[in-house]
Amino acid sequence: MEERLSSILSSYEGKREELIPILQQIQGEFGYLPEQAMLEIARFARVPESSVYAIATFYTQFRFTPIGKKHVMVCRGTACYVRGASRVLETVEELLGIKEGETTEDMEYSLETVACIGACGLSPCIMINKKVEAKMTRKRLTDVLGKGEAAEA
Amino acid sequence: MAETTASSDASKTYRAELLICAGTGCVSNRSFKIRDALEAEIRQRGLDDEVRVVTTGCQGFCAQGPIMIFQPDGIFYQMLTEEDVPLLVEEHLIKGRPVEKLMYVPPEGDEVVPKLSDIDFFRKQRLVVLRNRGLIDPEKIDEYIARDGYRALAKVLTGMTSEEVIEVVKASGLRGRGGAGFPTGIKWGLTRQAEGNGKCIICNADEGDPGAFMDRSIIESDPHAVLEGMAIGAYAIGAKNGYVYIREEYPLAMQRLHIAIDQAREYGLLGEDILGSGFSFDLAVHRGAGAFVCGEETSLIASLEGRTPEPRIRPPFPAQSGLWGQPTNINNVETWANVPVIISRGAEWYASLGTDTSKGTKVFSVVGKVNNTGLVEVPMGITMREIVFDIGGGIPDGKQFKAVQTGGPSGGCIPESLLDLPIDYERLMEVGSIMGSGGLIVMDEDTCMVDIARYFLDFLRSESCGKCTTCREGIAAMHDILADICAGQGEPEHIDLLGELAEAVSDASLCALGGTAPNPVLSTLRHFRDEYEAHIRDKKCPAGVCRALITYRIDPDKCKGCLLCTKACPEQIIRGEAKKPQTIDTEACIKCGVCRESCKFDAVLVE
Ligand SMILES: Cc1cc2nc3c(=O)[nH]c(=O)nc-3n(C[C@H](O)[C@H](O)[C@H](O)COP(=O)(O)O)c2cc1C
Ligand code: FES
Repeated sequence: MEERLSSILSSYEGKREELIPILQQIQGEFGYLPEQAMLEIARFARVPESSVYAIATFYTQFRFTPIGKKHVMVCRGTACYVRGASRVLETVEELLGIKEGETTEDMEYSLETVACIGACGLSPCIMINKKVEAKMTRKRLTDVLGKGEAAEA
Repeated sequence: MAETTASSDASKTYRAELLICAGTGCVSNRSFKIRDALEAEIRQRGLDDEVRVVTTGCQGFCAQGPIMIFQPDGIFYQMLTEEDVPLLVEEHLIKGRPVEKLMYVPPEGDEVVPKLSDIDFFRKQRLVVLRNRGLIDPEKIDEYIARDGYRALAKVLTGMTSEEVIEVVKASGLRGRGGAGFPTGIKWGLTRQAEGNGKCIICNADEGDPGAFMDRSIIESDPHAVLEGMAIGAYAIGAKNGYVYIREEYPLAMQRLHIAIDQAREYGLLGEDILGSGFSFDLAVHRGAGAFVCGEETSLIASLEGRTPEPRIRPPFPAQSGLWGQPTNINNVETWANVPVIISRGAEWYASLGTDTSKGTKVFSVVGKVNNTGLVEVPMGITMREIVFDIGGGIPDGKQFKAVQTGGPSGGCIPESLLDLPIDYERLMEVGSIMGSGGLIVMDEDTCMVDIARYFLDFLRSESCGKCTTCREGIAAMHDILADICAGQGEPEHIDLLGELAEAVSDASLCALGGTAPNPVLSTLRHFRDEYEAHIRDKKCPAGVCRALITYRIDPDKCKGCLLCTKACPEQIIRGEAKKPQTIDTEACIKCGVCRESCKFDAVLVE
């Protein structure tokens, strides 16, 4: 990890305004923000570790635990909400057996919600690893989550 | 609407062009697969010399995607699948017979409407900001240029002073499209006049309003319009640097923005000494990190500087002291995209559109319980009824219209009785809502207005940055009351209490997040007080949404005993013999509604 970290950091100058881009790139690389990375970033940017945390925790985007291979994000935007997003979330939770904010034990799936995906004309929608899946129904959900058998039970 | 298409290679003419929508919506409906299949089929038939496939940005009619427009005939094909491709090529391209079964049928009709220009969804629109939507490939700068792109920038750089540009923008009456509606020309003038030699401009593409995607769509379908607007603004203001602050959730828009910036640099339209005028301007893209409050200008600036994005007191306004303490002009994506047209066609022309206080057009995302969901651009002053019923095609499944919500979490609802109101900044404000950034969420009889108010307050509660106590605690307190009302624990005095809290929150919060947070509550109380009373007094949710206040029951007259619901029920509490009416164990029911969704006979009732 150290190597990957320092190679990312080496493309920056260590200025304060680079903090968010650095955090984004590190999360892009590791899928989350490892503790060690937070320390390194603070040293690199010459700011207290607490201020790196202050920034990272402010944004919903950043996370501090690893995520699963499939990152499922359920939209909770208004268009999706009036078209049944709460039920979509319940169904996904049921199908994956985890709650919002959790990852399955086999590290296959992580489940989060997002303020709006921007495909509101096709609500309710979800996003799996940046790919938008629109007009979710129970059936479509079981298909896109690859949980066909579970649905039969 | 213009019917010509641009071609990147001027010397080459094609007999037909197939314009495939590649906006986020259609892409999620596999439009790239359809493009690939079309290209393969066309090649296989040896037509690649006569026919060209173009991928365009969002066409707006997301509900019918994936969409394709067949030019020059202007035929609108919809809901395409890869299997349709051979038929389409064979029939339309080879035999010249348009394929009826792939055309649009209006919600209440049974006749197909072949041409895009005849479809109600498109007919009442007026495309100014979205002038190139669906007509060009957003990833090819030549196509933008072929449709007069960057002519406005050239005009400004070769023949107008900064003051003249600002005067034109002022005279056009353009107001900010990011929510507050501040006159753009005045803002530019203030930044121009401010002292400082590191002035900069920012494009706000954070689009935090949940349920809205105007800015995403503009960037996806015509990124150069935004860049050109920014370059013109930079010249007028005297800025050398610009930033686009774009939301993380928009990967496609971000990609197209980067491509556009690279191409513009390559063509000398960004960078040093643009078009040999001596004027230099360049842009950087900054990815947002998913906080609603970052859309607020002072907070956005803090975020760009790498500080915690908390709003700060204004004044000083960014025009005086913004990014790194320099005079900074921040405008919304749609505001910027209006600029080139205003310069090209003149202030007078622009000001002829709209109402006396609100000029030009507005892009709205029409979503929710409406047939034709999508993105529309209409002249200011159009009525809400025209948008919802003429363009939007009314409410699906024969349901009753209830309200349109505008302005997102800072906005309010417009009930049936106000549908004929002409839309402009002031009139929406008068009825307790706001223009906002352009989200229009249509709600029908199945939407509970108390629950919607609770939903927005829940959103705001989690998005409040927590700096102001009134905002942090007040919103939470209001949310808890609404949650109690939805849970059947409402008390008559709750209504007055909500009113008092609303006043405190909006008076004592620093930024508009808190300042406008009570709006969803106040506006639903104003127009739908009866629903609040039904929840509190009768312990009923008239829309059948609030789970604590409803029961599911099976209508024995309608139930055919098909057992679909019995199988679907996650709790296994629907019982009865096959071919006989079923019953729900209401004590054990978790009210998830799966039975109702699964029933083909509308036999599951919610009371
Ligand atoms: C909580 C909050 C969120 C905002 N979010 C956005 C946003 O997502 N996009 C936007 O353009 N403006 C947003 N604004 C408005 C900006 O502060 C600012 O007024 C706007 O970007 C100015 O551009 P305009 O004059 O072109 O509208 C927000 C304001 C507040 C208070
Ligand atoms: S509300 Fe769900 S995509 Fe916008």
